[in-house]
Amino acid sequence: MTQAPVAPAAPVATVRIRRSTRTSRWALGPTAIILIVLGYLPYGTGQGTTTMLVDFFILLTLGVTWNMLAGYAGLVSVGQQAYIGIGAYGVLWLAQHGVEPFLALPIAAVACAVLAVPISFLVFRLRGGYFAIGTWVVAEVLSLLTIRDSALGGGTGTNVPGLGGFDPVVLGAYTYWAALGVAVLSLVGSYVLLRTRVGLALTAVRDDETAARNVGVRVSHAKRIVYLAAAVGAGGAGALLAISQLNVEAHNVYGVQWSAYMIFVVLIGGIGTLEGPILGTIVFFVLQRTLASQGAWYLIIVGSVAVVMAVWVRKGLWGIAERFGLRLFPTGYHVTDSTR
Amino acid sequence: MNWINAIAQGLLLGGLYALFACGLSLLFGVVGIINLAHGDLAVLGGYVAVAILPSVHTNALWALLFVPPIFGAFGYVSQRTLLQRSLENGPLTTLLVTFGLSVVLQNALLEGFSADSHSLSIGKLATQALRINSQLSISYLRLGILVVAVVVLAGVQLLLARTSVGRQIRAVADDNEAAAISGVNTRHITGIATGIAFVTVAIAGLANGMYSQFTPTSGSSLLLFAFEAVIIGGLGSLWGTLAGGCVLGLAGTIGAQIDSTMGTLIPHLVFLAVLAVRPSGFFPARAPA
Repeated sequence: MTQAPVAPAAPVATVRIRRSTRTSRWALGPTAIILIVLGYLPYGTGQGTTTMLVDFFILLTLGVTWNMLAGYAGLVSVGQQAYIGIGAYGVLWLAQHGVEPFLALPIAAVACAVLAVPISFLVFRLRGGYFAIGTWVVAEVLSLLTIRDSALGGGTGTNVPGLGGFDPVVLGAYTYWAALGVAVLSLVGSYVLLRTRVGLALTAVRDDETAARNVGVRVSHAKRIVYLAAAVGAGGAGALLAISQLNVEAHNVYGVQWSAYMIFVVLIGGIGTLEGPILGTIVFFVLQRTLASQGAWYLIIVGSVAVVMAVWVRKGLWGIAERFGLRLFPTGYHVTDSTR
Repeated sequence: MNWINAIAQGLLLGGLYALFACGLSLLFGVVGIINLAHGDLAVLGGYVAVAILPSVHTNALWALLFVPPIFGAFGYVSQRTLLQRSLENGPLTTLLVTFGLSVVLQNALLEGFSADSHSLSIGKLATQALRINSQLSISYLRLGILVVAVVVLAGVQLLLARTSVGRQIRAVADDNEAAAISGVNTRHITGIATGIAFVTVAIAGLANGMYSQFTPTSGSSLLLFAFEAVIIGGLGSLWGTLAGGCVLGLAGTIGAQIDSTMGTLIPHLVFLAVLAVRPSGFFPARAPA
């Protein structure tokens, strides 16, 4: 057989495959400016603002990490408060044993990941909704075990030692920077994680778990890594909570209301996007501030909004923004015509 | 409390847990919804009785006549409206929606009835007991709850196995599309299944209200116990659920016998142990229910 003549190269449009979009490149500058402003803030504003922002960053960290779990790994956990509690009590215990609270923060967060390894083997035996309630049981058990230790304040809670030596203004600034750091790390960490092999595996799982398994994607491995990462995030948030509130109380840190907040933040902002939780945290935070005087009504309203979002506006507020081509954290690839 | 008494009380408490678990198991097995608002719905049932009873009769047993039917209708309507829509979005959405509903329900009850605890009064029956010997006496109320649990579980089992509606429900649970092709009105049937599940939730909520006090936030722990009973018993097996409930009840009363502060911790630990050793439960259904 003679070889078919090679056709002369047709003039093809040169295409480039890239991750970044025009908005994401444009957003780099403003993001840097925002970060610098946020970092400088304790010098410029009063304590009221920074204390408020600490709460904001805690909520943001929780939203971002829960979104990794539910939005990307399909693991709807209602038990992340387990790690908030361990993070907070970790700081308390370390501080009681002479460790500087701000040094205890990263240690407690890492301890959460270590603890999450055996827990993951237990709760990963449950699927879907049963996984959700299983994680909740684990949080409940950890809470019940914690309050049995009277050195940790039992059921009524106790103060974190080692923070009294700070000047209140300096302590406020340190707490603020720590919170900013945790929030930025959780955002950057999620972004980096999604761009690695794990992120690719998660995308495959999200599209079709059975097919992904068949082509050799290590599904459980990818999910476990996300679970551990989310534990670190929740642990960091819990540690911040202990430092910013100066005391730790089991019913607060192990409360299921944290799961409600995470879920609402993510649902309102948009599940399965990195930008969604940021937007969701801002909206939730504003709602919380304005409706705080209404007592229980605020959670009734926020809960109803979240239900409506979940059913009728599935991609949340950011989903609406994305329709106009906005994308700040590009994790996938897309093809553009480079001649343009 | 002695050991024999602890065992007897634990088994009786198991009836209450099984009653809670029945609706959770049914809703998941047939409709495919994990209802995170399950416990709060039961508590809502108690509060509906608190709100309506004074105008009907002082004895809370009367509530059994009107609260379950109200809940049945409520279940049918919520399935046809909100839950069906969220099911079409996938299993994730139903979880998020029911969790959202749970928060809304808790806070609405908090707003309407305050955080004070309530209980349902059933008059003299609450204190009467079958005295077997000086150490063991069995309260008629607890015995009654266990009997109700067995009747409800058997009733649901019979309904699914023997009636035309039950056959259609099983068909929808097996294969929704095939059932629809064979002429089953799947949405109507799913609505009925949800209604039945809600009826059992209401009965469980009333039983709980007669058995102990409840507050707007007591739903969470009820959900956890119901869920643990389902997993320990084995998914899809209604009688396994009763056994699972009894295991939890026993763990609770025996744990409290050892150390009075361990009453809630031990059942959770037993559940985690079962999950570690035997994740499919003790009596898993051989064929899907």
